[in-house]
Amino acid sequence: MKLLKTDFVLDAKGLSCPMPIVKTKKVMNELQAGQVIEVQATDKGSKADLQAWANSAGHQYLGTIDEGEVFKHYLRKSSNEGFIERKHPRVASNEELETKLEMNEKIVVLDVREEAEYAFCHIPNAISIPLGELEARLSELNKEDKIYVVCRTGNRSDLAAQKLAEKGFVDVINVVPGMSAWTGKTDSLNKEGRK
Amino acid sequence: MTVKAMTAKEVTRKVFHKEELFILDVRNESDFLDWKIEGKNFDYLNIPYFELLDGVDRILEKLPSDKEILVVCAKEGSSVMVAEMLSEKGLNVSYLKGGMKAWSEHLEPVKVGELTDGGEIYQFVRIGKGCLSYMVISNGEAAIIDATRMTDIFLDFAKEKGAKITHVFDTHLHADHISGGRTMAKETGATYWLPPKDAMEVTFEYMPLEGGNVVTIGNTAIDIHALYSPGHTIGSTSLVVDGKFLLSGDILFINSIGRPDLAGKAEDWVTDLRESLYSRYRELSADLVVLPAHFMIMDELKEDGSVSEKLGTLFVNNHGLNIEDENEFRKLVTENLPPQPNAYQEIRKTNMGKMNPDLEKQREMEIGPNRCAVR
Repeated sequence: MKLLKTDFVLDAKGLSCPMPIVKTKKVMNELQAGQVIEVQATDKGSKADLQAWANSAGHQYLGTIDEGEVFKHYLRKSSNEGFIERKHPRVASNEELETKLEMNEKIVVLDVREEAEYAFCHIPNAISIPLGELEARLSELNKEDKIYVVCRTGNRSDLAAQKLAEKGFVDVINVVPGMSAWTGKTDSLNKEGRK
Repeated sequence: MTVKAMTAKEVTRKVFHKEELFILDVRNESDFLDWKIEGKNFDYLNIPYFELLDGVDRILEKLPSDKEILVVCAKEGSSVMVAEMLSEKGLNVSYLKGGMKAWSEHLEPVKVGELTDGGEIYQFVRIGKGCLSYMVISNGEAAIIDATRMTDIFLDFAKEKGAKITHVFDTHLHADHISGGRTMAKETGATYWLPPKDAMEVTFEYMPLEGGNVVTIGNTAIDIHALYSPGHTIGSTSLVVDGKFLLSGDILFINSIGRPDLAGKAEDWVTDLRESLYSRYRELSADLVVLPAHFMIMDELKEDGSVSEKLGTLFVNNHGLNIEDENEFRKLVTENLPPQPNAYQEIRKTNMGKMNPDLEKQREMEIGPNRCAVR
């Protein structure tokens, strides 16, 4: 399996409870908002506990890859999203995008969340380009396509839509709120994923 | 202040004697809601350890000053951490040695009766999970019925009593716990009995346990009579020991009856279950002492920790034996059933010999209560 790109890999293998979480918490404090961490652990209890801890601490639990001996857990540091003013003028709701997908309209869905967020839950056939890599990877997109940009809550996709418009993309729409409330079809690299 | 370890055995004493204890359970909320240490006079606070990493100040006022406090987690590590933090604040607390893992594996032997020639029958109470196993001892020989996988405890106990284990029974193919029967029979050379109708898919040799079989323990004939009583599984067989005790397996419990759905055949087996409980058991002596393979709630425990009741009393008090209407009975045992035991399908496969999980995996499969009954 392809490695998921993360900002930090924490080796908590062989450690038993409470150490995997004690270490994760410490690393999380050092990370920037929105960064993604991979926690490798062998303690079977680590999965439910990390999930519950992330929930209570306001971080995003993305999912777990079970490799038999080792569990790889993915979490994203809380990003304080929700209070920024969105600037891209063209906006669509989740429902509008879902309808377009159901009618097989010729559109492109661009998912600008981090790779690990995308991996565990995304709209089928969505293109994954994390916001931070967008400028460098513009050539992977067509300027004339109708592009619906999604992220988790609509903020990163707003920044991405602005960037695309600025670079001459003519038909770019920000989807609000995005994956956090998505009820349509999704794909995942396993069944354990979370939005 | 030093932090003390409290063993599962000490906690078991407190359960039996209905003592007070304040349990600070630091596992995550869903694990706590699923399964916890039960005691008549136990109080609880559930705060996951990962919410206490920055300190315990916010829970200090929720802890009693006049009660013994026990910190509990899954495997001990987190409870030691929290207990030490509380100790630094001047509190006198203990942690559960080995955590819920040890609690799940603890067995407490309790004598439940004397046999005619001076023999004895013991009940092994698996307090954390509600499983009950039995040992019949007579004249230097022993039989074990519905053993759990903690085989050392049975082997050591028999040795202490100077008894050689000659017969090992499983009344049915268990779905809630891993049987220690086969392992023990192999180690001691005893005969392993299993109902053939539950053993269609097993991968090992066994002696078919069928209605009418009589097995003698000791020279002076403590007889074990097998009584075919299908319903929980199609092979479920009860045993009458010494004409006094009815080992009812998972067919009849003290406050509830067996559920027929754990092998996926609820509809098919309802009739069998009713037949066993309402006809076959009715033909037995009301003076038989019922010894089931499970208990569900701590109220079923007597003063000494044992679980038993006269069959005649159960015919009066057990709701499951008092449903006149067949349709109503069918409804009770096939609709709105409680959740199934954790990993029950994997456990059945393990007991058939089709899976051989390591010890760690076995422990994980057995997490939680037995959930073999309907009320």
